[in-house]
Amino acid sequence: MTPGLLGQLVDWSWIGAHLTGGDASTPSIRSLLVQHIALTVIAVAIGTAISIPLGILSYRRHAVYVPVTFVSGILYTIPSLALFILLIPITGLSFLTVEIGLVSYTLLILVRNVVAGLAAVPADVKDAATGMGMRPRQLLWQVELPLATPVIMAGVRVATVSTIGLVTIGSLIGKGGLGMYIRGGLQTFFDTEILVGAVLSLLLALVADALLVGIERLLTPWTRRSDRRTRRRGRRELVGVAGGR
Amino acid sequence: MNEFRQVPGWLTDPSHWSGADGIPERVVQHLELSFIAILLALLLAVPVGLWVGHRHRFEFAAVTAANAGRAVPSFALLVVVFILMLHVWPAIAFGPGPTVVVLTLLAIPSILTNTYVGIQSVDADAVEAARGMGMRERQILTRLEVPLAAPLMMTGIRTATLQVIATATLAALIGGGGLGNFIVDGFAQGDTAMTIAGAMLVASLAVAVDFLLSLAERAVTPKTESGSRPRARIPLAALRRSARPQAEGAPYVPPTLPH
Repeated sequence: MTPGLLGQLVDWSWIGAHLTGGDASTPSIRSLLVQHIALTVIAVAIGTAISIPLGILSYRRHAVYVPVTFVSGILYTIPSLALFILLIPITGLSFLTVEIGLVSYTLLILVRNVVAGLAAVPADVKDAATGMGMRPRQLLWQVELPLATPVIMAGVRVATVSTIGLVTIGSLIGKGGLGMYIRGGLQTFFDTEILVGAVLSLLLALVADALLVGIERLLTPWTRRSDRRTRRRGRRELVGVAGGR
Repeated sequence: MNEFRQVPGWLTDPSHWSGADGIPERVVQHLELSFIAILLALLLAVPVGLWVGHRHRFEFAAVTAANAGRAVPSFALLVVVFILMLHVWPAIAFGPGPTVVVLTLLAIPSILTNTYVGIQSVDADAVEAARGMGMRERQILTRLEVPLAAPLMMTGIRTATLQVIATATLAALIGGGGLGNFIVDGFAQGDTAMTIAGAMLVASLAVAVDFLLSLAERAVTPKTESGSRPRARIPLAALRRSARPQAEGAPYVPPTLPH
């Protein structure tokens, strides 16, 4: 469709040349993809590592939950670009700046889901476990956390998908994975570069989400023999109603 | 940290408060872009959400579309729509056109899902009772379902507005105007005070608008019998409900997404 729109927009030879080869001004597709994945994985991993203990603490202590939700409520309203820029005087134009921003946003999603997951564990299940002689620590690790896993994983999925989107905004301060192509292509009006950045970051979000669904299944084998009805419910769980901070 | 010290000086410089690239003009542009987009999104998403929620039809399609919309990185969408417009309709590509289109698209998912879920989760017995009392479908929708769904719908609008205000900042990159211009120009001219002041203005605008919308959200929350509106404390009961869609038939409510 060469005079067509797609032919005008996409220069396939550029894509071929940049799959693994790049230069200082335009890094290769592979290197930016790796950078994008690394930024996302680090943010979600650190975010999860902090959120689980913080979530457990928030669930147990009102005095922790209130300030945590208050701070996250305010942080949430601050646009990511503004947050990145406000961090620059402290941490410079570095990966650290982007990473601090990304981790804080994942915390907001994850802590809330950890609390929601723990709150969803039925009280009679906990009573039964205590009656069987489980200590609080055993109860937490063997009953509460496993049963909270689906809700926590739903949070991890939301956090991952939104982090992948936020990484592209990091390109405005020079550290943005595939967003660098979107930014770079916009400066030179080079459509191919923009489309590669945009399409790959969208694909990355979709693939990451699908992968996490798989991981969730592995972590919660007892939900696997669910009938079609529960699976449909599982899908509804991801309806994603906005709000509820 | 020294960069922060120049910001008060920049912000209080009278020359930054007048003219086409002064702070008031940029705030107005930012709010205009956001307001038009939210208005368009409301016009498109609310009727669909009401219909889907009331009739219980095409629920899966609506949910899937809204969810897919959320996976799209907003920066990527903005730039792609811009270059597509450059090819298809260059006359309107420079200006607010592409930004308004993208902001509208971004606002639709939250408004649509929250409207649909709000309507759909109105107690089926109450709807049956209303029907039994001889209310018409339209009356059931406007007098029963919409008032009960209003808080959730308002939350959706609030979320959408936040995302729109955040993304409108990026409009400066494609010549769309708004407060993002201070950030983009600040970077281009190496004027750190301007960049940081721009970021602060955007953050303050977002916080202020969010606060106003939180008041609106409270205003549409029905009063309880004692005449008070339910206060938002630790919503453990709500969390428990939201985390167990199986048990209660209510959908899971994840938090607002960062933008």
